Amino acid sequence: MPLLEMTNIHGGYGGANILNGVSIAIEANQIGVIVGPNGAGKSTTLKALFGLLTVSEGSIVFDGKTVTNMAPEKLVLQGLSYVPQEFNVFPTMSVEENLEMGAYVRRDSFRHLIDQVYDYFPPLKDKRRQPAGELSGGQRQMVAIGRALMTEPRLLLLDEPTAGLSPRYMGEIFDRIIAVNKAGVGILMVEQNARQALALAHRGFVLAGGQNRFTGTGAELLADPEVAKSFLGGGADHA
Amino acid sequence: MPEAGLLAILPMNELVFFLNKVVIAGLIIGSVYALGAVGVTLIFGILRFAHFPHGDMMTAGAFVALVLLWMFPGVGAAVGLPTAFVLMPIAMAVTALLAVGLDRMFYRPMRKSGVKPVVMVMTSIGVMLMMQGLLRLFAGTGTRQLYADTDDKDIYRIPLGGRDLVITEPQLMLFATTIVAVVALHMFLTRSRMGKAMRAVSDNPDLARVSGISIDHVVRTTWLIAGALAAAGGTLLALDVTLKPDLSYNIILPIFAAAIVGGVGQPYGAIAGGLLVGFSETLAVFNWSVLLRPMRPYLPEFIEIPAKLAFVPTEYKIVVPFFILIAVLIWRPTGLFKGRVNN
Repeated sequence: MPLLEMTNIHGGYGGANILNGVSIAIEANQIGVIVGPNGAGKSTTLKALFGLLTVSEGSIVFDGKTVTNMAPEKLVLQGLSYVPQEFNVFPTMSVEENLEMGAYVRRDSFRHLIDQVYDYFPPLKDKRRQPAGELSGGQRQMVAIGRALMTEPRLLLLDEPTAGLSPRYMGEIFDRIIAVNKAGVGILMVEQNARQALALAHRGFVLAGGQNRFTGTGAELLADPEVAKSFLGGGADHA
Repeated sequence: MPEAGLLAILPMNELVFFLNKVVIAGLIIGSVYALGAVGVTLIFGILRFAHFPHGDMMTAGAFVALVLLWMFPGVGAAVGLPTAFVLMPIAMAVTALLAVGLDRMFYRPMRKSGVKPVVMVMTSIGVMLMMQGLLRLFAGTGTRQLYADTDDKDIYRIPLGGRDLVITEPQLMLFATTIVAVVALHMFLTRSRMGKAMRAVSDNPDLARVSGISIDHVVRTTWLIAGALAAAGGTLLALDVTLKPDLSYNIILPIFAAAIVGGVGQPYGAIAGGLLVGFSETLAVFNWSVLLRPMRPYLPEFIEIPAKLAFVPTEYKIVVPFFILIAVLIWRPTGLFKGRVNN
């Protein structure tokens, strides 16, 4: 049974639907990557999953439990965690306070989880007393992912984690995402850098017009000439 | 001795007069503004609207203290403090619950239906008018004393060579309460789980929500703190002067000026802003001729020292916060502590 199964999701922000039948399924400990052109409904799919917009049709099952239209604060308790693309830190709070806020729902001791985040992202340890808003874009992204890891999620949702980052930081963030996944956390991410992201994906989903266009393993999608021509900008040979 | 010589040529009488009229008076009114402005700035930081009834909430808190005074008149004499001050914690608790009740009845339904910010402001003005009406309906328009007949208003005189430095009992209680409130608020916001959650919601409400922070709990805590501090400020101001239903009219503008000067959404800024506005008012209405007169022998003949030389006449004190507001909005629109005006 898949860890997450979104079936035929329709929904939007009140006006016309943005999602017109999206289906996503990934197993535990897998990396799923959603790619597609602008306006395809990639970020909207994550938001629909995380209860940030109303799903009008379709069902979302996480870990055997139906969670369609469940509120975000409840989904956190189910083992889902979400990193928005923008405004994903508390800017006036210190790095460590940002991590503490990630653990807000926990009543037990979480000191070891803060240390674990510093192990994943060593630059944060030196900056733990600094306000998150003063960090560079890459380090802010590390704080954002670290905050989301504090609940020990089973599935981490990342909305364009490398958007606006320099190539050096982009590679570093991808490396860290792989490390987090190796530690047993499932990943579902939306990415603009489709080639790099599909290269590390167990499952890939190409969306267009709010619907699935292609679904397969990351390698299958990268090898598919049709996908390459329409969505990856250039032939598969350039990969 | 050189020290004695220096003291001898200093116009001590006039300096003590200055301390009494400007420094102590400024600290007192500044503390009242600070207690109000912290609430206004917390409410804005969390709920993003201007809470105009805050002055009336302070007045209501003082009236709660008055009712408690009627109910338990002997309490103060038993411990040697003014009865209203002894009962103030209860008045703070009652006003805190009143604040939560106002939110439940008026602001929360608006929030839940997702109204535009301007509608929240209109609601806020409506609640202000309603509270002013209710206070007059139940309390009349007369002036009352929050000091019971059984309480003595102690006045402390510190002799400083001639004129005395004068501090009254309610003024000391006001300083003490403000300091305790500021320290407690600081500890709460930086050490406690709920205090940090409040800062998180103020920083980024959407991210706070996806972190699992209950916005409803944070909102309720905000009203409890704002209501309790408002009651303390109102009660202590009424103890220092008198209790009138229109108390709020004279303090709501300086309180908003203090919150904006300090940077909206910044609790420490609100405290600094409150004191700044308080000192500005006392400095502006101070008669500077008092300090100039002793310097008569050292000034050239043609300079005449007028009988009264103040920046603004006392009756126009209320314009001072206006000027400060205008100056801040021109030169530093985000306030001294860089508040959240942009988002």
